[in-house]
Amino acid sequence: MSGAEKIAVKVTDIVPLNELVTRFKFERVDGGLLPTFSGGAHTVVELRDGAITRLNPYSLMSDPMDQRAYTISVRRDDAGRGGSLFMHNNVRLGDELTISYPVNLFSLDLRAKKHLFIAGGIGITPFLAQIKQLELFNGNWELHYSCRSPDLGSYVDELTGRHPNEAHIYYDDQKQAIDLVRLLDGQPLGTHVYVCGPKGMIDWVRATAAAEGWPREAIHYEEFLAPKPGKPFEVKLAVSNKVIHVGEDESLLEAMEREGVDAPYLCRGGACGQCETDVIDYAGKFIHRDHWLDEAEHSSGKKIMPCVSRFEGKTLVLDR
Amino acid sequence: MTIQFNDETFRDDYSFRNSDRAIRRFPFPFHEDSYMYSVNMEQHRGGPKDSIYEKRFDVDEHYLSEMRDRAQVLADDPLRCQSLPHMTLAGWDLLELIMVSKSEDYPDLFELHRDGDTWRWINKPMGIDDTFTFLDEATLPYGPMEYITRQAQGDFAVLDQRDDNLWMDAGMITTQADWSLDFDIGMNFFEWHAPVPLAHEKGIFVRALKFLLNIQQGAPARRLNWTMTVNPLLDTSPENYHKWGIQKTTLTPENIGAKQHLRVELQTFFRLPRSNALVFPIRCYLCSFQDLMTAPKWGRRLHRVIRDLPDELATYKGFIDNKPLMLEYLSKFDDGLPTSPGIWPEFETEPPLAK
Amino acid sequence: MSKFTFPKTILSRPVYGTLEPRTGAAHLFIADAEGAEAILDVATPDMMARAHIIFIAKGTDYEGALKALSPAIFYAGPTYSAAEPRIHKTLGDAKMGLQVYLAGTEGLMGQAMQAATLAGIPHTAIQTEHRGSTARRMQCVHCKGITEDVEVDPFQCSHCGLHLFVRDHYSRRLAAYQGVCIDAEDPGNVPPSKGIYQ
Repeated sequence: MSGAEKIAVKVTDIVPLNELVTRFKFERVDGGLLPTFSGGAHTVVELRDGAITRLNPYSLMSDPMDQRAYTISVRRDDAGRGGSLFMHNNVRLGDELTISYPVNLFSLDLRAKKHLFIAGGIGITPFLAQIKQLELFNGNWELHYSCRSPDLGSYVDELTGRHPNEAHIYYDDQKQAIDLVRLLDGQPLGTHVYVCGPKGMIDWVRATAAAEGWPREAIHYEEFLAPKPGKPFEVKLAVSNKVIHVGEDESLLEAMEREGVDAPYLCRGGACGQCETDVIDYAGKFIHRDHWLDEAEHSSGKKIMPCVSRFEGKTLVLDR
Repeated sequence: MTIQFNDETFRDDYSFRNSDRAIRRFPFPFHEDSYMYSVNMEQHRGGPKDSIYEKRFDVDEHYLSEMRDRAQVLADDPLRCQSLPHMTLAGWDLLELIMVSKSEDYPDLFELHRDGDTWRWINKPMGIDDTFTFLDEATLPYGPMEYITRQAQGDFAVLDQRDDNLWMDAGMITTQADWSLDFDIGMNFFEWHAPVPLAHEKGIFVRALKFLLNIQQGAPARRLNWTMTVNPLLDTSPENYHKWGIQKTTLTPENIGAKQHLRVELQTFFRLPRSNALVFPIRCYLCSFQDLMTAPKWGRRLHRVIRDLPDELATYKGFIDNKPLMLEYLSKFDDGLPTSPGIWPEFETEPPLAK
Repeated sequence: MSKFTFPKTILSRPVYGTLEPRTGAAHLFIADAEGAEAILDVATPDMMARAHIIFIAKGTDYEGALKALSPAIFYAGPTYSAAEPRIHKTLGDAKMGLQVYLAGTEGLMGQAMQAATLAGIPHTAIQTEHRGSTARRMQCVHCKGITEDVEVDPFQCSHCGLHLFVRDHYSRRLAAYQGVCIDAEDPGNVPPSKGIYQ
């Protein structure tokens, strides 16, 4: 069996926040309580889009102690393969959906003497739950949140209203930028930095913190990559003895699932490592997009993460 | 069913006994006639009726006596229960998990009434009726982990998950197979398993860790582990080894059947929701050789397993010196007949001893 | 001869490396005796301009050579415990980006690592280099007393008097190896002591 345990929920609230982001609220179909979770956890939402089942991970942003409902915020991605568009355009109040139990790949290090959060755009969502968790225990935290413009600043008012001293907002259109070197310099020993946002921001924070002498264990990041469309390709699955076709708009993982080949997963976004697959033979080039494998593994031609990575070439044989 | 609790001791006069029911449900750990380390994990979602797998936290006839023994160990050495400062939230998670599971699985013995943060916990066997505020330590007589594990059989290791590893950062450890929480607390998965022979080379711990890191909420797992103990002594701690070690030298051909015990750990693993920690309950079951021999299948198999066990493992498990005596005793219960697969005793179908 | 190659053993035993310069806002060196040599080997004028050296001489005469490196702050203390309040204060005031370098005996490095990890630095980010004595800091698992500078196996616990054998199992939290009663199953039968690495 793949993925986490499932929960049947219904959509009990849909709130458009701005032109890009919409918030969805889920409650259990049976009226019972949802599991509590830890700040930073996500849930995988199953979307039945015609014949296709899409499994999209979204960070839980509600209070982790609130068992009556979960909320997520979805940013519309017009260039993507349609998962977020489907949420925006097709999911209606009262719809019944299946979501997974919470899974946390971005948890707080509870030993930290201080938590320094750096968010970009929709990357704010896991921090909303983490902040609620820390507030319950008088945690020491600080948020630096970069948005494109005040109009697109999801949850800015809530954050600055409740936490005027901890929440710091930066608007791109007002030429405001996080002065990262200065921010990192002078943080007390035992501070952990967490970043969630676009890939460029994550790379920037990781590289800058490392250059400033921050230990690897004190730098945490999460980016769920949505699988990107690409050229169709064929794959031979050696264990199940099948040749499958990966279409332009589906991921290799989705194609395997469509063909009834069970592949483990948790995040479906290149982060958790569950779907790591051995390459038996290939002729062509890999388009690696995950955060899981390191550079040497990417160039080895021996491994692929089918949730987000693709292939272009003649032959690809996988150990599945 | 109502459990009749024994009044017995695990020290001094060792009045511990297993009833017929306890013997029949004993978790015999060998599913075949040989043993080697493996990542023998399976889902922990119930099991055969009245088996030790049936409930999330098994409560048996030894409950009250085990809790009395634990209280004595803690009075003698409070360092057997420790929690590093960042593990308090995991302690609350564990308290909730045990209270909810036990009140649902044994409604005649335990009750939990929740009104917001105000919780009332009734433990009928132990005569406890406490009302407290969830997440407020000031309203409990001990920290949350210590409070609830003074009322739950088995040891509890609470593991923090970070940096792709598990860290033994809290625990209640009073029925351990010769390891010290006070020494091992703060270690990662590879460090606290460092003294185990052979398994590292076989990659067992790398695979086990990968499995454990991915245990998710709502999907607990379990496995069995085992060792040997002379006398039904729960507290085989390194701390007291200079006191109990000598008991290993008291075996004779006449007393081995009664004195030598197979010690089995039912290890379970649950993801804790608020802390994202993992709790690792290690429940200890003891059964004397003579009680085990009442199941012909177990008699045949135990002899074969011990006979063929590598010496490194017998040394690590601390019974290499007594192995010849064990084999002399056990061989009398091995008639060479084949055994059926699986751990269950199969009293009805397994042929009686033919010698 | 101040370098020693430790035999390969179990995974809880610390593995020491060779100090190397790292980038960081500040550099804290804590060393005893021959550990000074490791500092002398790694020091650069650039690092020393932002360095604090805490040195326990233990009868050696490296103090002059270390001072000649011109670290921003230099301290020489008579014992580790005398230096401890200073170490805790230094770590308590420190900022992220601090690099910690430990050199010398296992006991010194273990205790300084204990202080640095408590202050919030992950142990993997702390550099260590063994130099000098191979004596161990041992915890008696029975009475919990620590015996410093143990060179032989078995040894007698300096607190409870039990005869203990020297394990390789090591606790970073206690900064000590584990000592376990050697004659529990045969009281009075204590083999003669020999060097730990003999």
